[in-house]
Amino acid sequence: MNERVAVVGVGWSGFRPVSPDLSYKEMMYAAAVRAYQDAGVDPRRDVQSFITVAEDFHEGTSIFDEYTPDQLGAVLKPMHTISGDGLHGLATGYMLIQTGQFSLVAIEGHSKASNILTLPQITAYAQDPVVNRPLGLNSDFIAGLEMNRYLYESGATLEQCASVVVKNRGNALRNPSAPYGADLEIGEALGGPRLAWPLNQRQAAVHADGAIVMVLASEQVARSLTAQPVWVLGVGWCNDSYALEYRNWSQAVYAREAARLAYRQAGIRHPTQAIDFAEVDDTYAYKELQSLEALGLFRSGEAGPATEQLATAADGELPVNVSGGSLGMGNLLDATGLGRALEVVLQLRGQAGARQLNNVSTGLAQSWRGVPTASGAVAVFSN
Amino acid sequence: MSESSQNLPGTPLSEKDFQDGLILHSYDEMQARYAWDTGTAIGSYLAALKEGFLLGGRCSTCRRTVIPPRVVCEWCFRPMDEYVPLQDTGTVNTYSLCYVTWDVQRIREPEIPAVIEIDGASPLHGILHKLGEVDPQQVRIGMRVRAVWKEPAERQGAITDILYFKPIEEA
Amino acid sequence: MAMRKVAVVGAGMTRFVRRAQETARELTWQATHQALDSCGLTLDDVEAVCMGTAPDAFDGVHMKGEYLSDGAGAWRKPYMRSYVGGGTGVFVPIQGWYHVASGMFDVCLVVAEEKMSSFYPHAQAAFLTIFDHTTERPLKPNLLWIFALEMNRYMQTYGISKADIARVAVKNKRNAADHPSALLGDKNITVEDVLNSEVLAWPVNRLDVSPVTDGAVALVLAAEHVAQRITDKPVWIEGVGWSLDTAYWTNRDLAYPRYVEQAARMAYDMAGIREPRKEINIVEPYDPFDYKELHHLEGLLLADRGQAPQLLADGVTERTGNMPVCPSGGLLGVGNPIAAAGLMKIAELFWQLRGEAGARQVPGQPKRGLAQAWGDLMQVGTVVIMGR
Repeated sequence: MNERVAVVGVGWSGFRPVSPDLSYKEMMYAAAVRAYQDAGVDPRRDVQSFITVAEDFHEGTSIFDEYTPDQLGAVLKPMHTISGDGLHGLATGYMLIQTGQFSLVAIEGHSKASNILTLPQITAYAQDPVVNRPLGLNSDFIAGLEMNRYLYESGATLEQCASVVVKNRGNALRNPSAPYGADLEIGEALGGPRLAWPLNQRQAAVHADGAIVMVLASEQVARSLTAQPVWVLGVGWCNDSYALEYRNWSQAVYAREAARLAYRQAGIRHPTQAIDFAEVDDTYAYKELQSLEALGLFRSGEAGPATEQLATAADGELPVNVSGGSLGMGNLLDATGLGRALEVVLQLRGQAGARQLNNVSTGLAQSWRGVPTASGAVAVFSN
Repeated sequence: MSESSQNLPGTPLSEKDFQDGLILHSYDEMQARYAWDTGTAIGSYLAALKEGFLLGGRCSTCRRTVIPPRVVCEWCFRPMDEYVPLQDTGTVNTYSLCYVTWDVQRIREPEIPAVIEIDGASPLHGILHKLGEVDPQQVRIGMRVRAVWKEPAERQGAITDILYFKPIEEA
Repeated sequence: MAMRKVAVVGAGMTRFVRRAQETARELTWQATHQALDSCGLTLDDVEAVCMGTAPDAFDGVHMKGEYLSDGAGAWRKPYMRSYVGGGTGVFVPIQGWYHVASGMFDVCLVVAEEKMSSFYPHAQAAFLTIFDHTTERPLKPNLLWIFALEMNRYMQTYGISKADIARVAVKNKRNAADHPSALLGDKNITVEDVLNSEVLAWPVNRLDVSPVTDGAVALVLAAEHVAQRITDKPVWIEGVGWSLDTAYWTNRDLAYPRYVEQAARMAYDMAGIREPRKEINIVEPYDPFDYKELHHLEGLLLADRGQAPQLLADGVTERTGNMPVCPSGGLLGVGNPIAAAGLMKIAELFWQLRGEAGARQVPGQPKRGLAQAWGDLMQVGTVVIMGR
């Protein structure tokens, strides 16, 4: 109990707009076999508990938990599903190890968004069935409402939101796993089809398919497995009100509270000093600005100007979403947070190739479960 | 917990309450459609069904022959890339006589779902399917059965390319 | 190894009804509210919330866990939903256990809710989608199939009769007559009644099955130092276990639930139990169908394979017997709102071990109880051992 927890293995398959050659099981296996190889473990012999994050309606199967053990090496082992984001899964793995009963745990998340023919309708089914859904609105309207209020209260501008798109999709060009790299001008990021004004389509991350597996270990086991454990300093997660009618429409309170929990565990009093780089939610471009402020990395109203001034560029003071974020890597549904964590781990290990940041020792990953939720998680890592 | 039922929350309604228009409710129908990538293993299984045979997979580590095929052996966590054509006969491992459809309609003639251990696969390795051309009261665990296939032109590469399994006549 | 001790300090539940007027969120709130009231706590005392609820398809709400969060008291709190099919009701307290045992939280709410009645025409139809979308769903399988197939295999393998099995339904429905939340309590039901009830999917008859139900249950879990302040009768979580078998259920022998054994062994090890048949005083195994109680007793190593019916016949599993099984009335008697049903069993043990089970009280001051749930495609075993 209270031994430290480390990431000792990561593996992924993807990320791409379609993946017709792989069933979801085959995709999960491809990520798992790489993660176990990276960790140097045999899941049948060594991994003691498994966690998968998934939602039935993303899979088109009820009790999707049924279909998870075989391709992860988890048969007849303690395995469970968390209906949450990958970082919720990571936090769960962290808690399991901290109970002292488990020392090696695997976490998996994936997206087969390309297989969901009616994804907007399904997302709309997450809205309250009695008071919201009958309005018949595409769920992006919720992001549009929030973006509008956020801009109003923070003073952030449309151009600043667009600069998030330019930065992240530009970063994605240097990420061989990211499908949506592009060299855009601000005008291009501002243009294109509307979505839910002030949101336009180019500010919303397009979905991608892929799977990610991470292996966590207790300190003692981690040290026996690798010379490069990536420590999980703290995890946090929070739900703000589900009901749209009770929302705070400008702040990402769930992110603020999740971060507070994570920072407390990590012993971080001044995030701006402690965090060297961050992978944060950019499901919609404004979310990156809003999340950065909620995480205490920028004061209210300052994330926009800072982004415009390139403070969060790969060579800036606080690189944000060097991986490309969801805008560049694709919206990976429930695996999104693992996508953010993956980049943090690779950076801290010095394995980020052309994207490698110099002299980074502490990174933060943050995710949001998407509209219509007010639910998200945070994890802080160091090398 | 020694309270009486009266004190507990939870208000029961009846179907009649709905029929009498006493309950305010809203009605909706979900649009949930998917196109699942079948991948290599199941894709091969379906292609074999279209050709008129059952395909299994073999793990050279634990030496099991399984059906349907899969890319990884769930016991050994070793890749499974050996495909093995199996026979379309088998043995009933268990069965039921079901008088209710999936959407809760009563039927007179029962559907007969069964787990059929397929010849050529390892023991206890079978598939879910239905039995047909058999008197429900005659079905037994251990019964030998054979697949009845759709005409080649009608097959789609689906589990329903097999219409059902029927008893093998005694020689 | 020294583990942070976790106790259940409060519990509450709604009535289990066929169709509740309350919405899913209202049911959730009612149970949560009751649980907090039962130990004099408020939401301010709660540090984290765990939710267990089974298929979103019943409610027609995607990300159902999010939808229920407000009702579960999760406003601005760490909240997560775990989901292992029918096993969820006994898994969610395990989820609560690791929240507290990890040292991250001292007080955790554990909530389970199910509102199956929203699904039209009948919740059972929603179960079509639990089957493999490519290799099984085109056959239009029915939830009854998989239970009937397993029941038949179990009966055939060990030579067990329907009458042997029907005794479970009789015991549990009679026990349930003493449960204030029960939907199907019946003091007078007989084996003949069960055997004469309509054949749904031979060998399953109507009265062998628990019904579609709405309901919610909630518990409060606390770390040792806090538990002692809240109540002088904390019920400790002594062992937890869970195990998930292969999805390829047609590649297995259904006569024995080995995943239940795996989960049980894990829990027994953690609780330091060497002779479960002697050391467990009350058992609440999952009984969505009557044969399942027997099947699970064997998987829990509390009866030899094929021998559970003998325990029943000998009266061992009555409330006054040596090893009372489902003194609550189980799912067959109280009802089966999937996830809430499993948590109901944990709540039952909580009340039983504190001597607060009223007319259902097992005599002799039971010290230790085991609750177990099952789920997925005959795959998941979840076990919790509790003790005073």
